[in-house]
Amino acid sequence: MSAHNPQRRDVYLAVGMIAPAVLFIVLLVGVPFGLAIYYSLHDVTTGGTAARWVGLGNFGELLSDRNFITALKNTLVFTFGTLITVLILATIQAELLMRKFRGKWVVRFLLLLPWTAPVALGLIGWLWMYDSVFSPIDWLLRQVGLLGHPGALLGPLPNLYWLGSKQLALPSVVIVNVWRLLPLATVIVLAGLNSIPGDVIEQARIDRAGYLRRLFDITLPMLSPILLVAILFTFVFTFADMISIFILTRGGPANSTQVLASMAFFTGILGGNLGKGAAVALFLFPALAGVSAILLGLIRRSEVA
Amino acid sequence: MATLAVKSLHTHFGGVRAVDGVDLDVKDGEFLVLLGASGSGKTTLMRTIAGLEKLTSGDVLIGGQVVNDLPPNARNIAMVFQSYALYPHKTVGKNISFPLEAVGMQRAAIQQKVEWAANLFGIGHLLQRKPRALSGGERQRVALARALVREPNLFLLDEPLSNLDAKLRHLARHELKKLHQRVGITTVYVTHDQVEAMGLGERVAVMNHGKIEQIGTPSDIYREPGNTFVARFMGSPAMNLIRMENEVIGFHPENFLPATEFEANAGARRLPFYVTGVEDLGADILLYGLVPSAEEVPQQANEQAAPPAPVTLQDGPRGANVIAKLPARLAGRVAVGVQHDFFVQPGLVKEFDPVSGQRTNAATPA
Repeated sequence: MSAHNPQRRDVYLAVGMIAPAVLFIVLLVGVPFGLAIYYSLHDVTTGGTAARWVGLGNFGELLSDRNFITALKNTLVFTFGTLITVLILATIQAELLMRKFRGKWVVRFLLLLPWTAPVALGLIGWLWMYDSVFSPIDWLLRQVGLLGHPGALLGPLPNLYWLGSKQLALPSVVIVNVWRLLPLATVIVLAGLNSIPGDVIEQARIDRAGYLRRLFDITLPMLSPILLVAILFTFVFTFADMISIFILTRGGPANSTQVLASMAFFTGILGGNLGKGAAVALFLFPALAGVSAILLGLIRRSEVA
Repeated sequence: MATLAVKSLHTHFGGVRAVDGVDLDVKDGEFLVLLGASGSGKTTLMRTIAGLEKLTSGDVLIGGQVVNDLPPNARNIAMVFQSYALYPHKTVGKNISFPLEAVGMQRAAIQQKVEWAANLFGIGHLLQRKPRALSGGERQRVALARALVREPNLFLLDEPLSNLDAKLRHLARHELKKLHQRVGITTVYVTHDQVEAMGLGERVAVMNHGKIEQIGTPSDIYREPGNTFVARFMGSPAMNLIRMENEVIGFHPENFLPATEFEANAGARRLPFYVTGVEDLGADILLYGLVPSAEEVPQQANEQAAPPAPVTLQDGPRGANVIAKLPARLAGRVAVGVQHDFFVQPGLVKEFDPVSGQRTNAATPA
C-alpha cells in the first residue's frame, strides 16, 4: 500500500473538505461556549486576569437579583409575544398571498422588504416612528382625535412616549421584532401552503367543508410540520436576540425591556463582570437547546405520521 | 339522486376554450362516461359541473336546478380525484366521516354511516390506519367510500382507476359497475381509456377539443361512429379508414376477412390486401398490410394529431395501412408478402365524407 492508494486519497479529500466547517464550528461556537462555562464558574472581570473559582456562585447571585428575574420575565414576554403574533400574521399573510389578485408581486415585494433591509437601518427608522416628540404614529393619532386633548381616548398628553413609558416599551419592541421576523415566517408558511396538493383542498370543498373548517381541519394540520419550522426559527431568532433592544431602548426604561441577552451583554461586556454575564447567557442555553430539541422531535413526528 | 343537464356550456381559460359548447343530459341514476384524450376538455367539463371551475357561459343544472353560481360545497356532489386526494393527516375512518362531520351530523349516525360505507368496500379493518399505510387499491376504496357515505346527488369520478395496476383495474371496473347498480346514483365518469368506457358506461360521450363528437351507447359508438375522429378513437386496434375516390370507407379489423376462409354475402365489399406482417396475440392474430387507396385519409379539420406515415415497401405496393383481426385458428393460413382477396360483409362498411369526416351512410340494420 502506497500513499497513492486511491482510497486513502479519498479520505484526505474528505477530511480536507469537511475541515473548514469543523474548524468554523469549533472556533466560533465551541470555544466561546467552553469559555462561557469557564467564566460562569469563575470570578472573572475585564479588569484583570485573575480567575477565582466561585462554583455556582454567579448563578446563585443571579437568582436573588431582581433585575435578573425581570429580564427573565421580559425575555419570555418578548419571545412569546413575538412568536404568537408572527405565527398568526404569517399564516394570514401567506393565505392572502396564495390568492390571485392584481399587483400581487408589488405586495409580495413590500411584505418581504423588512427582511432585506439591514437590521440597524430598519431599527433607526423605527426609532423615528417611536420618537418622543416627532413620532408619526402619535401625529396620526392626534389628527384623528384619539390623542392630545383633554378627554382623548389615549390621554391628554401630546405624545405616547412609546419607548419611554414603562408600560409601552416592551410591546413597542415586540412590534418591531414582529415586523423584522414576519417576512421569514411568511415565506416559510407560504412554501408550506404551496406544498399542500390542490386536490385535497378541492376535495374538502366538495365534501361540503366551509372556509373555516378547511382552514382548521385540513390546511393547518397539513401545515403543522412547516409551522413548527417557522416557530423554531422565530423562537431562536427572538430568544437570543438583543439587537432590537440594544438599538431601541438599551433595556430601559428602568429595565422594563431588559432581556437575558441584553443583560448578559450589559453585565459582562459593558459592566465588566464577565463571570456574571456568562452566567446570564448560559441561562439561555438550556431553554434554547430544550425547545429546539422538542420542536425538532415534533417536526419529525408530524412528518412520519 | 338527481338528473344532470348541461346547456351550451363554455369554460374558457383566457383564450383557451377548454369546454366549447357542450350540451348533455344525464338521466337519474345513469352512468355516463366522458371519453377523450388528454386536453379534450373532459376533466374541465367535470370540474365545471362540480363548481371547481367557473363557467364562461351556459348552464349547469343538477336535479333541474341551475347551480351556476353555487360553490362546490352547496351542490351536494361527491367526487373522486385521480389522486384520490385523501386527507393524509386523518385516519381512514376520519377521512370517510369528514363529509358528514362537515354538515354537523350526529356522532352516532356518523359512526353507523362510516361502518356501512367501510363494509360496502371491505375496508372495515383499515379504519384506524393513515392513508400512507395503504396500497393503491385500498386508497381507491377509501376515496370511493368517502364519496359514497353522504349519499350525494351526483357522483363525479375523474379517472379513478388510472393509478391501479392492470390486474386490479379489471376487478375494480367490475366492482364499480356492481356498486353503481346497487346504489343507483347518477354518475359521470371521466376516462381516456376506451376499454374502460366500453365496459362501464350506459352511455359514452366522446370528447374532442372541448366539444362532444358523439354520444350514445358503447355499442353504438363502436359500431356506428358518427365521424372519423370517433372511428379512430374507439377499438383496439381502431377502425381501418381508407381514402377512396369520393369517400372514406371504414371497417373494423375483425370484419375484414379473407375470401379463402369465409363466405362473402351478396353485396360484400371486396378489397385486395397485401399482407406485410402477422402478430400472434394468442386468442387472435393481427394481419398488417396495405390496401390500395386514393391517398392518406384526411384528418378532420379540427384534429391536430398527425396521421401515421404510410408504410412504403421498397419497390413494393403502396396503399393505406390496414389491420385485419382473425381468430387464432387461422394462424399460418394467410401468407405474408402476398396479395390476398379480402372482403367486408355488407352493412359493415361505414362511409365518411372525405372533407368533413362526417358519416354519410346512415346506420344500417345488421
